[in-house]
Amino acid sequence: MIRFVLRRLLAAAVLFLIVLTLAFAVVALAPGDPMAPADPRIPPEQAERLRALYGLDQPLPVQYLRWLGAVALHWDWGQSYRTGQPVAELLFDALPPTLLLAGAALLAQYLLGIGLGLIAACRPNSRLDLSVRVASLVVYALPTFWVGLMAVLVVAVGLGLAPAGGMTSAAAFELGPAAAALDVLAHLWLPALVLGLSMAGDIARYTRSSLIEFLATESGRAARARGLSETRILLVHGLAHAAPRLLQLASVSAPLLLSGAVVAEVVFAWPGLGTATLLAIQSRDIPVVLAATAYGAALVIAASLVADLLLTRLDPRLRAE
Amino acid sequence: MRRSSLPAPARAGIGLLGLLALLAAAAPVLAPFDPAEQLDAAESSRRPPLSSLVVVRTLDREPVLAERVTVNGNDLVLERRSGSLRIPLGSVTNYREDGIAERRRNWLGSDALGRDILSRLLHGSRVSLTIGLLAACLALTAGTLVGSCAAVGGRFVDQALMRTVDGLLCFPHLALVLLLAALYEPDTTLLVLLIGGTGWMGLARLVRAELLRLKQERFALAAAAAGRSPAGVLFRHLLPNATTPLLVDVSLRVGASILVESALSFLGLGVQPPQPSWGSMIADGQSHLTTAWWIAAFPGLMIAAAVLGSSLLADGLSDRLAGLGAGGRGPRRRSPWAIRTWLGEA
Repeated sequence: MIRFVLRRLLAAAVLFLIVLTLAFAVVALAPGDPMAPADPRIPPEQAERLRALYGLDQPLPVQYLRWLGAVALHWDWGQSYRTGQPVAELLFDALPPTLLLAGAALLAQYLLGIGLGLIAACRPNSRLDLSVRVASLVVYALPTFWVGLMAVLVVAVGLGLAPAGGMTSAAAFELGPAAAALDVLAHLWLPALVLGLSMAGDIARYTRSSLIEFLATESGRAARARGLSETRILLVHGLAHAAPRLLQLASVSAPLLLSGAVVAEVVFAWPGLGTATLLAIQSRDIPVVLAATAYGAALVIAASLVADLLLTRLDPRLRAE
Repeated sequence: MRRSSLPAPARAGIGLLGLLALLAAAAPVLAPFDPAEQLDAAESSRRPPLSSLVVVRTLDREPVLAERVTVNGNDLVLERRSGSLRIPLGSVTNYREDGIAERRRNWLGSDALGRDILSRLLHGSRVSLTIGLLAACLALTAGTLVGSCAAVGGRFVDQALMRTVDGLLCFPHLALVLLLAALYEPDTTLLVLLIGGTGWMGLARLVRAELLRLKQERFALAAAAAGRSPAGVLFRHLLPNATTPLLVDVSLRVGASILVESALSFLGLGVQPPQPSWGSMIADGQSHLTTAWWIAAFPGLMIAAAVLGSSLLADGLSDRLAGLGAGGRGPRRRSPWAIRTWLGEA
């Protein structure tokens, strides 16, 4: 097992290195000069000085190795062109909100999806089943950012059930720890639900088909023959049968969840990685864009690593591969 | 494939996509106004759906809009948001005895710049559908090429290609797409390349698996035994038999590409103004959400219709596929409920 884990870790590290290299190459080969003077009155020497300051006057391989070395040794992603702040510091603040939002969305999508899947599987081909099936297609077809905007309009502004955006209230610093947590929760539930919704349909489909498949297997028929209650068959034995596939779906959906998180953050003014990335892109703040790309990649790689390892714990046969 | 044998969801999907394609093709005829036209923006901005304004044309200036006009002496009195405006009757060119008949009606409302939402939706559908279709075609071409090479190219080629595909599948595409869209001036070609270029890996896997399975079927073995070249077997016998599962995936890919394009455009990294696209129209509406919900609401419904159409088509096709499997072409391979395994890489 330990050898297997180490091998997976090594593969993840290599993939991360490839992502870093690719991202650097893309940025280096892109047209345009971030240090080009915005105003013709700025003397060219000034741009030269800036280039030297950020090490942009060096040949590309030197730049690449320096950058990679700083990242690998000190986790130093350079300085933001826009604010002069160290990039690592900037993104350190943005990471926890994104993790919180994505985690809550993951929870929401599994609760919703498994619940609906169970309901549909109880009576296959009934009217209820059909409506779950149609709903899952419709929910997938709705773009996350649009659902988010409509949720802000109806739930937050119209009904006043949630704040319209942000992660904390303006006066949050005055609150005690418990009240502050509740405050974050009040801000969190709507974006998490919106973000979780698009994948919930897929999870419902998987759960339903897995459960129906299970009922047709010998172990499913055996469970029935032993006289177990229908609830117990589906909830305990059926879900155990569905678990590996559902977990696999989690690993596949990690990139989707992260990309959804970017737009959800923009819609709900959530102070996370997505908002930071977009701001950096708009102001052509290359070091931040590079680092944010790498952070996003690291999150996706880590998520699929964790899901893979959990999956092999559930199903040891996969380890042999 | 007999057309009548298609299941209901597939027909609904074809209908929905066909309708959208028709609307897109006929956009210049159907659109009531130029999608970029800003006529008297101060008066026409953020008008609700079904509202209409009187168009007053004069000799000496741009047309002026008004909610109502009345005649007072020798002047035409225009009731506008900013108050009333008097224009001498003599300079109004489209005044008749009983008032002014010409009205500008915004069936789905107007946006913050006074542009007609319906016209923009129709024109935007051309952009969004084109990008979705072309990106799916690109993914289909690349996926079929790589998948076929892996399936018939021998062990080494197969291993090399499939390990690359595995690597690319767990590559975080969004990060790369965002990075590229940020560094290069995004236009339609770049978007197609980006979205199609990051979406072919699932298809490559599918093609390879399908072809490897078909290669063992008797008709393929017979063709090879009869002396057909490997390429001949591939093009004449294997690929034609793999069309239905491919169609399922391509159909889903169209929807997924439209979703990616709309998200990029929403973030300002996709289709650039003044070209309208559904995603960027929603972005336009974001800042006027509470005062003019219709700007953001309608484009979202269009995206949903297009994606739903492609999902329904795929769903119906895969139902048919499952039926075929039961009908004697080997075991049932793909449950209609499990068609979107690969979508995570979108």
